[in-house]
Amino acid sequence: MNIGVCIKQVPDTETRPKIADNGTEIQKQGIKWIVNPYDEFAVEQALQLTENDDGEVTIISMGPADIEPSIRGALAMGAQKAIRIDTPASPDDQLVIAKSLARVLEDKNFDLILFGKQAIDDDAAQVPQMVAEALDLPCATVVVKINLEGNKATVEREIEGGKERLSFSLPAVIAAQKGLNEPRYRSLKGIMQAKKVPIEVVTAEAHQGNVKIEKLQYPPQKQPGKIVGKGPEAVPELVRLLHEEAKVI
Amino acid sequence: MAHILVIYEIHKKSIKKVSFEATSAAADLAGKLNGTVSALLIGHDIQNLAKEPGNYGAGKVFVVDDPKLEKYSPDVFANITAQAAKEAGATHLFMGASATGKDMLPRAAFRLDSSLAQDIIGFETEGGNVIYKRPIIAGKLHARVSLSSQYQLATLRPNVFAVTEKKVDAEVVKFSPEIPAPRAVVEEILVEEGGKLDVTEAEIIVSGGRGMKGPENWQLIENLADVLGAATGASRAVVDAGWRDHAEQVGQTGKTVSPNLYIACGISGAIQHQAGMSSSKYIVAINKDEEAPIFNIADYGIIGDVFDILPKLTEEIKKLKSQ
Ligand SMILES: Cc1cc2nc3c(=O)[nH]c(=O)nc-3n(C[C@H](O)[C@H](O)[C@H](O)COP(=O)(O)OP(=O)(O)OC[C@H]3O[C@@H](n4cnc5c(N)ncnc54)[C@H](O)[C@@H]3O)c2cc1C
Ligand SMILES: Nc1ncnc2c1ncn2[C@@H]1O[C@H](COP(=O)(O)O)[C@@H](O)[C@H]1O
Repeated sequence: MNIGVCIKQVPDTETRPKIADNGTEIQKQGIKWIVNPYDEFAVEQALQLTENDDGEVTIISMGPADIEPSIRGALAMGAQKAIRIDTPASPDDQLVIAKSLARVLEDKNFDLILFGKQAIDDDAAQVPQMVAEALDLPCATVVVKINLEGNKATVEREIEGGKERLSFSLPAVIAAQKGLNEPRYRSLKGIMQAKKVPIEVVTAEAHQGNVKIEKLQYPPQKQPGKIVGKGPEAVPELVRLLHEEAKVI
Repeated sequence: MAHILVIYEIHKKSIKKVSFEATSAAADLAGKLNGTVSALLIGHDIQNLAKEPGNYGAGKVFVVDDPKLEKYSPDVFANITAQAAKEAGATHLFMGASATGKDMLPRAAFRLDSSLAQDIIGFETEGGNVIYKRPIIAGKLHARVSLSSQYQLATLRPNVFAVTEKKVDAEVVKFSPEIPAPRAVVEEILVEEGGKLDVTEAEIIVSGGRGMKGPENWQLIENLADVLGAATGASRAVVDAGWRDHAEQVGQTGKTVSPNLYIACGISGAIQHQAGMSSSKYIVAINKDEEAPIFNIADYGIIGDVFDILPKLTEEIKKLKSQ
């Protein structure tokens, strides 16, 4: 079976982002870029599902040439092909990203299209669902378990206090949540091989975006509060403060 | 004129609290925009719920009631939502940013060729234009965004917007859209044993980290959670160690929570953990290392051993509750 995996390059989770002078972007210097962690679960799943047949895994990512290290990072896990949809910058409107991805995905006839459940930079959690609508495909997000029998899929997705089991037939869109699998480490051999894979570059269609970032702000800093005390002797005072001052218990 | 349509979430024939939060927020925004609020209820055998949105300011309630909607299908509900938005002449669509809302509303947005601000924590108006506030990069920054699409869609983070009573005499409108064949359906809901409260829905969370030393000690966390009616959370270190289920993980690659009270027990407060919980209204830290970064964001801290402090804390709160 052939699988397409959409990945996004994002700042490393350790990053403490700084707001650029224009007030609407983050400063790009000094950031370490990684493959969106949820997308690694998607890549891993694709590799496992194609291990025992002659299917191929294609990585698809939209953005400027700067994102190629991440594409190579996904290839180094073992994917065979890659496509970059060229744009000057990753759009702020997920609808634009979804339409551009759908345009490229539509004639590839993938049996399965995998995503991460959320990009950890914009935290939008909407591109997979929108792509599924564009392609008229079944879709499940925040998926922690996938079971395939022929072209029938049964998946579990996380919800508040439990899981939902959905079933549908392939082709389909699935967005991965942590817990789906353990992404493999990239071997040196994999990294070397990935360097030789050509990345096909296609131009994005022009879509007008409708999301405007007016302003970025640092969240209100929580002031370090008070140390109530040391050891169990401090407990009664803590309870009093929670009850009388904070009024939360 | 602004017309905000609130998409309701119904579980086991009752309305979820996030839907009332979203209605109250919509009523607040409608007040600023001189607009109106409607509610959309989709399901089967739900007529009896139709009056409830009127308690929070929804003047019109669109009800789609059909046996075909007994089982939830995200694509069918999104399709109906888009039809209802057109039928109602909505300008804005609001829904709770629950697991269902975050999954479903982007699909409706696509169908309406419109943009969506996911998981918002506030909004303001600027000359009739709405600016939505949403955390990005796991809450390390807040973005203020405006939407210029034909419809403006937003999901509202649970527990952030207050439920405010505002009784109006709601007009109930029966709406019979075309119901397409589902592409995917929810066959079953697997509930965690004991019907545990989820961290994203809880007003109080008691969370444990590696300082708890092992899964066998979680009784201490659970006892405290029980007296407080709280949910239990965990750091990634303990989830990775297999001590607790991933559903409990709070942080950048876990859940983002904003309870009234978050009690961190034996958690160091790594940046990825803070990303998921720093917007809690009050934070209590219990840690034996006074240099632990969690104290930088805690409102109240106790330096000490969780094994001494937790039993005492549980006992003192029991005492308070029995007064
Ligand atoms: C990509 C990525 C994503 C991540 N996502 C998350 C995430 O979503 N959530 C998350 O939590 N982490 C996440 N992390 C991991 C994070 O960096 C930390 O490793 C993790 O939060 C540490 O967990 P901890 O506080 O339980 O353990 P530790 O850092 O080991 O802290 C244990 C604390 O317990 C205290 N302690 C020990 N014994 C006692 C005692 N008897 N009494 C009182 N205190 C005691 C210690 O002083 C210490 O402060 C992520 C990391 C990466 C790289
Ligand atoms: N620019 C992009 N290129 C390729 N895939 C993307 C892009 N942006 C988002 N995605 C995919 O969509 C998922 C959800 O992203 P988002 O909706 O932005 O949170 C990500 O985990 C990726 O799998």
